[in-house]
Amino acid sequence: MLRTAFRVWLAASAVAFAAAPVVAQQPKVLKVTMHADVRTLDPFWTTQTIAGIHGLMVFDTLFSSDADLKPQPQMVDTWTVSDDRKVYSFTLRDGLTFHDGSKVTTKDVVASMKRWWQRDGAGKQLFNYTESLVAKDDKTFVWTLKEPYGLLIDTLAKTGTSIPFVMREQEAMVDPFQQIKDVVGSGPFVFKRDEWVPGSKTVYEKFKAYVPRKEPASGHAGGKVVKVDRVEFIWLSDPQTAQAALVAGEIDYLENPQPDFLPILESTPGIKLDTHPAMGTMGILQLNHLHPPFNNVKARQAMLYLINNADYLNTIAADKKLQTLCFSFFGCGVEMETDAGSEIYKGPKDIKKAEALFKEAGYNGEPITILHATDHQYINPANLVMIQQLRKAGFLKLDVQAMDWGTVVSRRTKKEPPAQGGWNIFITGTSVLTSSSPITHTSVGMACDKAWFGWPCDAKFEELRKAWAFAPDIEARKKIAVELSKRAYDQVPYISFAQWRNPVAYRSDKISGVLSVPSVPPMWNIEKK
Amino acid sequence: MTAYILRRLIATIPVMIVVALFVFFLLHLTPGDPAAVIAGDDASPAEIEGIRRKLGLDRPVWEQFGVYIWNLLHGDLGTSIFSNLPVMTLVKQRLEPSLVLAVATLVVAVAFAIPMGVVAAWKADTTIDRVVMGFSVLGFAVPVFLVGYLLIYVFAIQLRWLPVQGYRPLSEGIVGTLRSIALPAFALGMAYMALIARITRASMLEVLSEDYIRTAHAKGVATRSVLLRHALKNAAVPIVTVIGIGLALLISGVVITETVFNIPGLGRLTVDAILKRDYPIIQGLIILFAGAKVLVNLLIDISYTFFDPRIRQ
Repeated sequence: MLRTAFRVWLAASAVAFAAAPVVAQQPKVLKVTMHADVRTLDPFWTTQTIAGIHGLMVFDTLFSSDADLKPQPQMVDTWTVSDDRKVYSFTLRDGLTFHDGSKVTTKDVVASMKRWWQRDGAGKQLFNYTESLVAKDDKTFVWTLKEPYGLLIDTLAKTGTSIPFVMREQEAMVDPFQQIKDVVGSGPFVFKRDEWVPGSKTVYEKFKAYVPRKEPASGHAGGKVVKVDRVEFIWLSDPQTAQAALVAGEIDYLENPQPDFLPILESTPGIKLDTHPAMGTMGILQLNHLHPPFNNVKARQAMLYLINNADYLNTIAADKKLQTLCFSFFGCGVEMETDAGSEIYKGPKDIKKAEALFKEAGYNGEPITILHATDHQYINPANLVMIQQLRKAGFLKLDVQAMDWGTVVSRRTKKEPPAQGGWNIFITGTSVLTSSSPITHTSVGMACDKAWFGWPCDAKFEELRKAWAFAPDIEARKKIAVELSKRAYDQVPYISFAQWRNPVAYRSDKISGVLSVPSVPPMWNIEKK
Repeated sequence: MTAYILRRLIATIPVMIVVALFVFFLLHLTPGDPAAVIAGDDASPAEIEGIRRKLGLDRPVWEQFGVYIWNLLHGDLGTSIFSNLPVMTLVKQRLEPSLVLAVATLVVAVAFAIPMGVVAAWKADTTIDRVVMGFSVLGFAVPVFLVGYLLIYVFAIQLRWLPVQGYRPLSEGIVGTLRSIALPAFALGMAYMALIARITRASMLEVLSEDYIRTAHAKGVATRSVLLRHALKNAAVPIVTVIGIGLALLISGVVITETVFNIPGLGRLTVDAILKRDYPIIQGLIILFAGAKVLVNLLIDISYTFFDPRIRQ
């Protein structure tokens, strides 16, 4: 009896297996894999880019950057600026509604901005120059500055990390160091909490009451017209599987394919790779300015004679089309690009000069502690290249400590000397977009104790940064950027070692209307064929 | 029998206490800081310190341990630092895929391995035996992730018979579940097949040389009956032990398989939590895994009594 039942079950399973469709695709469902999993729902609580991507789905912004990275109004309809450039008056556009049906008012806007500026670097900068931010009526709010800070609109249109989203007032009143509980935005998609499986899947549905702007979509700006019913973020932690899923058509869009797989994706019919001129990552070789030898500027300058930029590019992004040999602290392919002061770094490598400078800095063969993250896609190979370059010098004693990236993230915060758990060098990266502004580019700042890990300290550089922020126009900013670059190459807060692009890959035979952006990809305007 | 089970259950209590202590202090003494992960790459040291304060990570370790134990005794495994969801909710979300994968793997492994081992022992020193043993060596030697990628390439990309990744819950139909679990179960099952087949062969060879088997043959009992009724039953104790050990090994194998095939199970939850230093999840899962391991061992011990009545005494 049991045997017969088993045979029937086996036969039924075989028939079902053969008859079942290969991929059960739902119509108008966009399936995407981003670079990380949506694990946190509050885009102000963490500065991780994935939280910004989630935020962009659910929340709306006052301004947005277009494809040329120029700020454009989004929730704002009109605005005026006083002659002294200190008072900005904004009026919200009609039709702004939260997902719970309530109207968006300036009370929500004011509370949201006050929460955001407590957690974002550029926001804090803006707060420092803010006299007041008040709601005049339900549609108009006034932002008054203490000084004519020139980056108000640019900051409100910022993308990448810590985007200034507008939340409901009740969520915006939550302590910015605590997570919000309800995710109710006024953006083009509604978050489906009941379908959220952290570490696996995040689901959004089209917000039917969303009123897009009339302008065509461009970058993050323009009309956010949603052309699918549902977007599913499917988290594929294994890059090989993610690539295979795109090839098999199980996902439509892959934000961050591993460089090794790009040739496969490029040669697969129906898959398109897309990049933006300002898209990409810049490598950062961070030096600790608190402890010898890099507390002496001579030792930092000596590193410019030892580090060969091109070697990193060939290791991290072998495809020449993705490489940019860049010597600009503010990235290449962006408005502030400048290599002023980079002569030594660009020039031939010179071990003898490096050795002489290290000696002048008082270096006597003490171990240089390197935090080597061995589990990171590009940081590991970059470390291997750097270690080889430094060993080749012959006079440096290296203490290479292998660890996972999570440990580096923790260890780099320690200010103690290397022998007591501190460090001398670690490698990381930043997006070209973030580094394109001296204000959002936190790693380049030299504000001593308030600076990024490594704690560079230079008052002159900070004065120039401030002047950049107050410059009246782009031309003036470009001139100051040149001065900033010269000063940075003189003081060497860190060494930028490469710039490479990370294209997105998508099924062009299944979807169209993908918007080209440098970071935080939008899911509106995409049509499923 | 009841007294035996009770004794074994009581013995698990100190084991679980040691596990709780070990897990907590190992995690807190390991370098890594969830606050730094939350803050992201562009955060300043002051921001990280602010987050650490809010999470209570700046409090003394003994104080954090006290809170952890108190909550544990109340059945509260804690709340994920990142998703802000209770650990138990996350475990419930992930339990089905992991259990289905584990059961499917065991079914695949046992269904193939025991006949293979029995046949190899029966046809010892023949080509069939060598093929089976060759497969066993291969099964051990090839890493799970490589088998996974090969299966994906052949069955999902080239033949397009099965999906590359993902899991379809049982609530959406058994066929979808079986399709989504087929490749991972085979990938993960390979090593267990190899292990169980080898042990079955060795154990069967020993039993097949016993006098009572010779007697059975002499009495004219059919070969099939000798192998399955007389020999296999008496060779079962070491095989069941290996299956039990396999269940424990499955936990580590599941981590890799779930990652390669994107199965949203407990294995991936563990790895993701470790990488992000989400302490409550790691602690909760290790406690659960340890409990599961203790329970499996207990069940295996009890099962011996069915195969060998002498153990009951």
